[in-house]
Amino acid sequence: MSEAVTLAPPSHGTTGTPPAFYDLEGRHHPQNGTLLGFWLYLMSDLLIFACLFATYGVLGRNYAAGPSGADLFELPLIAVNTALLLVSSITYGMAMIAMQARRKRQVLAWLAATGLLGLGFLGIELYEFHHLIHLGAGPGRSAFLSSFFALVGTHGLHVFFGCLWLAVLMVQVQRMGLTVANRRRLFCLSMFWHFLDVVWIGVFSFVYLMGVLP
Amino acid sequence: MTPHVYPPADPVFGKLSWGAIPLHDPILLSTFVGVVIGGLAVLALLTRYRLWTPLWRDWITSIDHKKIGIMYMVLGLVMLLRGFADAIMMRAQQAMAFGENVGYLPPHHYDQIFTAHGVIMIFFVAMPFITGLMNYLVPLMIGARDVAFPFLNNFSFWMTTVGAVLVMASLFVGEFAKTGWLAYPPLSGLDYSPDVGMDYYIWALQIAGVGTTLSGINLIVTIVKMRAPGMDLMKMPIFVWTSLCSNVLIVVSFPVLTAVLAMLTLDRYVDTNFFTSSLGGNPMMYVNLIWIWGHPEVYILILPLFGVYSEVVSTYCSKRLFGYSSMVYATVCITILSYLVWLHHFFTMGSGASVNSFFGITTMIISIPTGAKIFNWLFTMYRGRIRFDVPMLWTLGFMVTFTVGGMTGVLLAVPPADFVLHNSLFLVAHFHNVIIGGVVFGIFAGMAYWFPKAFGFRMDEFWGKVSFWFWLAGYWFAFTPLYVLGLMGVTRRMSHFDDTTLQPWFVVAAFGAVLIAIGIAAFLWCIVVSIRRRESLRDVTGDPWGGRTLEWSTSSPPPDYNFAFTPVVHDTDAWWDMKRRGAERPLSGFQPIHMPKNTAAGVVLAAISGVVGFALIWHIWWLAALSFTALVVAAIVHTFNYHRDYHIPAAEVEATEAARTRLLSLHV
Repeated sequence: MSEAVTLAPPSHGTTGTPPAFYDLEGRHHPQNGTLLGFWLYLMSDLLIFACLFATYGVLGRNYAAGPSGADLFELPLIAVNTALLLVSSITYGMAMIAMQARRKRQVLAWLAATGLLGLGFLGIELYEFHHLIHLGAGPGRSAFLSSFFALVGTHGLHVFFGCLWLAVLMVQVQRMGLTVANRRRLFCLSMFWHFLDVVWIGVFSFVYLMGVLP
Repeated sequence: MTPHVYPPADPVFGKLSWGAIPLHDPILLSTFVGVVIGGLAVLALLTRYRLWTPLWRDWITSIDHKKIGIMYMVLGLVMLLRGFADAIMMRAQQAMAFGENVGYLPPHHYDQIFTAHGVIMIFFVAMPFITGLMNYLVPLMIGARDVAFPFLNNFSFWMTTVGAVLVMASLFVGEFAKTGWLAYPPLSGLDYSPDVGMDYYIWALQIAGVGTTLSGINLIVTIVKMRAPGMDLMKMPIFVWTSLCSNVLIVVSFPVLTAVLAMLTLDRYVDTNFFTSSLGGNPMMYVNLIWIWGHPEVYILILPLFGVYSEVVSTYCSKRLFGYSSMVYATVCITILSYLVWLHHFFTMGSGASVNSFFGITTMIISIPTGAKIFNWLFTMYRGRIRFDVPMLWTLGFMVTFTVGGMTGVLLAVPPADFVLHNSLFLVAHFHNVIIGGVVFGIFAGMAYWFPKAFGFRMDEFWGKVSFWFWLAGYWFAFTPLYVLGLMGVTRRMSHFDDTTLQPWFVVAAFGAVLIAIGIAAFLWCIVVSIRRRESLRDVTGDPWGGRTLEWSTSSPPPDYNFAFTPVVHDTDAWWDMKRRGAERPLSGFQPIHMPKNTAAGVVLAAISGVVGFALIWHIWWLAALSFTALVVAAIVHTFNYHRDYHIPAAEVEATEAARTRLLSLHV
């Protein structure tokens, strides 16, 4: 097949009327790539988490005669935390529904709820970290704790910047309204927020639930 | 001479003190004086010729992919000089330091040089060069007016540049890592590298890595979303295909580098135990993770150049590329396989026979699609009308040199052989064989091929050939002895040898480095000569070589908007098809063109990132906190800028195109 193409001119070749070689009416508008680009960014970020998960998988039982997950993790607290984050995904979803209906005040209200839930999550996480360090189970105590703090802390850092982004976006929606650019930004933050939820489900199952097993 | 001893961190200046300036080292001091004088001369010239405003307006803040592409190439060229200076210093040291003679470089200086050489050549020479080529060419080849995210493109470039600036700063303020280019722990940990050299390494690579990842995402979206109508995936030029695969590899591998360096950073800054030898840490985790990035990285570098060779071969043989689809499939195979071979970098770690066999076999399999490519190029040349212009010479030099490098790679892929050759000069010769013979030759081929497109005049043929022959001969003189020495068991990274019978081989290698130096000088001189003779080398047609892809359909250099009308593609070699079937360039009916606006945000954000990096390197905590806050605030302020585009009026497009029409008619 390719051989034939190489040697002979294509069938619609030199004889017939040549086809259009230029888009004279300017009808070609490349599709907007922001959402694809943001997906690619999320996947690259997911690989950072993958490395941290892999490291936790390798080092997560190296307690160095220190405390283990079973000694340290308080599952009820983490359950509350998980619930906060999962509910915040629902509230963000509600914000998106309101956005589709172009209800600016509702969007802002749901975003505010999402942000508060995110801050609640961060508060509990900071309390947990503080508590662990206070117990002498800081990140330097063992490779297990190093990989634990790195994985959970990186997730927390993402939630922090998500909250910051959310606050900025609320100001922008308030000021500029639900413009095309702002709707696109809300979409991106929505993907980011749900992405952090998915990662957290991995953290909760893999680190906390499996961590308390003997 | 002892390494620097830093006083305990000061609340204001951190670890920074006057002792960090290497006044006691004549080599560094004279380099520093040279750089200061050169820098002042450049600043004076810029002021004298009132170039500050155009430089800022047309280049530094430019979001035009063509300008950014050229700036990447300039960055690569400048850093090549630095990386090569390191190389020739090593060759000189190893040519003299035998027996009684200790050479002129003390070990702690020599160790910094080989580390800096590797880091610079990979991250700040090869990466900017390929990113520059892709940036310049991909939008033109797919008939687009810019990349998908023009602002991010500018930001990516400046982040890469700031990384390079940090590496250069380590020459004169403090020191660089002494660990080898991949900085394995525990050597790179706090116990064995307490100085700032490792921190320069970490932060330079992290900052540059942000730029690389973002530019990878940017180019993928550009290729996926912005192709001209009619250009389906199997009609893309091979260079676009190889760029796509290379950028996919960037996006799936650079995050791993970010993660592993972040963990090393935590080990060094907050006393965690990821890669320490105590409290449950595991240094081999680092080696695995960094090579999960590192092996795809070498394919990131070579794949775009495979694309360059494909374009050059078909143009200079005036023939359609042989086996287009097999070329695409071979590229995709290499992309996938490159992820399944990382362990061959440390067979001697002792993973056991079955693991080593798996990785040995996957490594050998990679040679199959690569071999298919070589045959495709050969069959393209077969019965083609070959023109031996400079790009074609580089391509031929590549085909011979790279094939040898590929074969020594297959030798190293055999685990028992690797146990003998691991960490020897044979390995050093092998990877220089593929990186110089593959990546560097391809970059020079690409520069000679697309230079007239970028600047409107061709490069001088004679000096281009001089450069090629000196590089080619220089490569073989410099690295063949290293193969021999490696087979004799000489290990890498030695600053002194006891066995004087080895010396003649090192002298030959040093001679080869001198030939390469002449090759580089000839290339620089070639640019000077070409600029001086630009009127006689002028390309008014936009298509000086009888090209086949869309970038040759527009003027040289292309207008800001690349294409007044977006081309419609019917064939793999779209421009060749248009020429053959007599496509008429439209002369009227122009419309306003929607373009992105320049912005200073990229360079500002990158500069603040550089301050953050410097403060963290020197443990100046207040400055780190302050500049990081400034970085976040600046990013937020940038998001409040909603007016990022403008329209080029139809009249202006019409005037630009009319000027080109006049030029074309004068030419005929």
